[in-house]
Amino acid sequence: MNGLFNVGLTHFLVLGAIVFALGVLTVSTRRNAVSILMGVELVLNAANINYVAFAHYVSGGVSGQVFAVFIIVLAAAEAAIALAIVLAIFREFRTINADETSTLKE
Amino acid sequence: MHELTVVLQRVTETGPMWLIPLFPFVGAVINGLFGKLLQDRVGKSAVHTIAIGVMCGAALLSVIFCIKLAALPEGARNLHSLAFPMVSIGAARFDMAFAMDPLSATMALIITIVGTLIHIYSVGYMHEEPAYWRFFCYLNLFVFSMLLLVLGDNFIVMFFGWEGVGLCSYLLIGFWYTDVAKARAGMKAFIVNRIGDFGFVTGVLFLFWGLGGSWLPSGQYVKDLAPKGNYVQARVVEEPAEPAAERAPAAQEETARVYVGPTLTFSELRNQLALSRADGERPVARLLSQDKTVWGVPLIFLVCLGLFIGACGKSAQIPLYVWLPDAMAGPTPVSALIHAATMVTAGVYMVARLNFLFALSPGAMTVVAGVGALTALFAATMGFFQYDIKRVLAYSTVSQLGFMFIGVGTGAYWAGAFHLLTHACFKACLFLGSGSVIHGMHFLEHKKHAARAGHAEGEHPAADPRLAPDPYDPQDMRNMGGLRKLMPATHWTYLIACITIAGFFPLAAFFSKDEILYRAFVNGNTLIPGPLIWLTGIVAAGGTAFYMFRSYFMTFWFREPTAEMREHVHESPTSMTGVLWVLALASITIGAILGWPHHALLERWMEPVTAIARVQFHDKPFGIELGFSLFSILVAAVGTYTAYYFYKDAARAQERKQALPASFLHKLLYRKYYVDELYEATVLRGTIALSRGLAWFDLHVIDFLVDGTARLGVAASFLGGQIDKWIVDGAVNGLAEAIIAGGRQLRRIQTGRINNYATVVAIGAVALIVIAFLGQ
Repeated sequence: MNGLFNVGLTHFLVLGAIVFALGVLTVSTRRNAVSILMGVELVLNAANINYVAFAHYVSGGVSGQVFAVFIIVLAAAEAAIALAIVLAIFREFRTINADETSTLKE
Repeated sequence: MHELTVVLQRVTETGPMWLIPLFPFVGAVINGLFGKLLQDRVGKSAVHTIAIGVMCGAALLSVIFCIKLAALPEGARNLHSLAFPMVSIGAARFDMAFAMDPLSATMALIITIVGTLIHIYSVGYMHEEPAYWRFFCYLNLFVFSMLLLVLGDNFIVMFFGWEGVGLCSYLLIGFWYTDVAKARAGMKAFIVNRIGDFGFVTGVLFLFWGLGGSWLPSGQYVKDLAPKGNYVQARVVEEPAEPAAERAPAAQEETARVYVGPTLTFSELRNQLALSRADGERPVARLLSQDKTVWGVPLIFLVCLGLFIGACGKSAQIPLYVWLPDAMAGPTPVSALIHAATMVTAGVYMVARLNFLFALSPGAMTVVAGVGALTALFAATMGFFQYDIKRVLAYSTVSQLGFMFIGVGTGAYWAGAFHLLTHACFKACLFLGSGSVIHGMHFLEHKKHAARAGHAEGEHPAADPRLAPDPYDPQDMRNMGGLRKLMPATHWTYLIACITIAGFFPLAAFFSKDEILYRAFVNGNTLIPGPLIWLTGIVAAGGTAFYMFRSYFMTFWFREPTAEMREHVHESPTSMTGVLWVLALASITIGAILGWPHHALLERWMEPVTAIARVQFHDKPFGIELGFSLFSILVAAVGTYTAYYFYKDAARAQERKQALPASFLHKLLYRKYYVDELYEATVLRGTIALSRGLAWFDLHVIDFLVDGTARLGVAASFLGGQIDKWIVDGAVNGLAEAIIAGGRQLRRIQTGRINNYATVVAIGAVALIVIAFLGQ
């Protein structure tokens, strides 16, 4: 039981895996485009947790943190562009349901 | 090593002799391409100015080169001029090269000068002709070909000319090609000439073949597929070495390289035949005349026979003479130029040119002289009772050509060439005189058209043309008579030419014909005795006097001209009568100038040409020679008197008229011994039957095979089509359809739902990780 509460790398990795799984699950199941974007954010943040955890416990230094910061910035930019696209889709189709906007299929 | 000697023919390179034939060629091209334009725009004078201009140019050049030739020393009288090289295959080299020796110089002068005169004459004769330019184009083309023939320095150039004159003859005989009979006459001439040409080519090929390769003593021929000539050194001598003669040591020894081997060039051929060993034997000559045989016949005999068949075709000798009388369908100047003065003498010229070949084979000489004698006699008799004035002259030409062949066949080459020369003058004069008469009688043609227009059905050709003339035929002598008062110039020149051809002293043919007959009598070269040839010839000469004076009296005497003739017949224009006078004058003088007996001018001139031909004559004293001459004048006088007796006026003709047509002989002669009918029945029918048979074979056997092949092809291609349709196309289409079906199935994966894609990506990523994990 000691190991369970003695927080180490494993805990972070398990947390990251859970968040990642939740993100993937969200992306796979949600139909609302904004929800899917939120799932993507979860996946990215799971990656951030892993970076920071590995940086702290394995390599040392701050390169993991720097990567995490970069990813956060990237995610922000991605969210901005994605939301703009969603807005454009809404204007075109009057919906943001991903199932109904499948015209690129053909 | 045998020491060889040679009586060398030295060849002198000279300036552009090829200009001589080029002149008429240019004239022919200009008139051929632009003649119609010129005639329409400028007028007929432009056409004949060009044609006559180029002829004058050629004549002038011929004279210049002839003078150049005469200025050379005797042994070197052979001008040579290369225009351009043509082909060179192995040992065979053909160049467009020209050579002029005394013989070809004489021929070139005859062709260009008589040719020019006849061109001038044609201006008057053809002035009504719409296709004036075409006529002059053909005439120039003919002169060009004829000059190629006589000036060519090898067999190939000669053959070009040989074929060219045949073509022009065909074109000019059929000049009025809308008349079927005339077109047929042209074709007949062409086809008969082709038979001769075949012989000519055979002879040339035999010769070329015979000089190459080698023969074993057993007689077996060893093929040499790439025969090469080689050069030998020989000492040059002036006289041929006699077998037993002591050879005097020469002051300065001259040697020359002589070509030995297959050749087509006359001078090379001549020089290698002139090679002689110290014992007098000539190796190359011996090779041809003794060592090489085909089925036991010396090769030289076959060569000469082939060449002589060619000469027979061109020069209208038995059995190939049939085309010449029909050739009279052409315009009269053409008959004078081509079918009397020049083209028909090509055969005589060729035999004289190749004297060194013919002299090697007594058999060939016998054939030449024998055929000549027979032709002279038979053609003369065929001319006895012809009514068409041009036909009389045609048979006369055939007969005179026979005389020339007697000359060249018995070894009297210069005499043959001499008769050729005099004949060119007096026969051209006769033909042009007859042309002038026909020109005068032309009103009959107009009358015929008028009569035809009047009543279309009014044509009743006489049942037997021997009994009554076609009243509208301007060439039938029975429609003439009494023309001497209406056409005085024509009358006088025709009379002069008649006296000449009959052989009266001192006109041209007396010298030439007598020389031939005398030489025939004393010759020791033919296998048949000379006196026999002489006898045949003298009978023919008597016949000649008869039929020529018959034509003269029938045309110019016989009866008084009718009122109609007085009204219409007129003397021909000066351009025609002037030419007649020139030719008549030449007929009178040329014989005495060139042929005065005993070492005549022309004989000396021709000597270098025949220097190596070994011929012998058993010369008789001058008194006997004179006796021969007197006898032949007597014979001519008898012939002339017979003609005078029967044809001087109509009264005497009356009794003859009763008797003659009934007689079998008259009919036989009038029908020309039925030779045409014989050819018709045998050669012509035979050919037609053969062609019918071949047509049947073609239709039933060849076509069956061809059709069968075609059907097989159709079946095979049907099968191929089915295979293509079902198997090949099936494979291709099946593949395409499989891919389309596969694609349709794969399309289902692409749902267009982003969630599905994300799921698949996630599953894939997990799967990859698991695989990577398991793989460790």
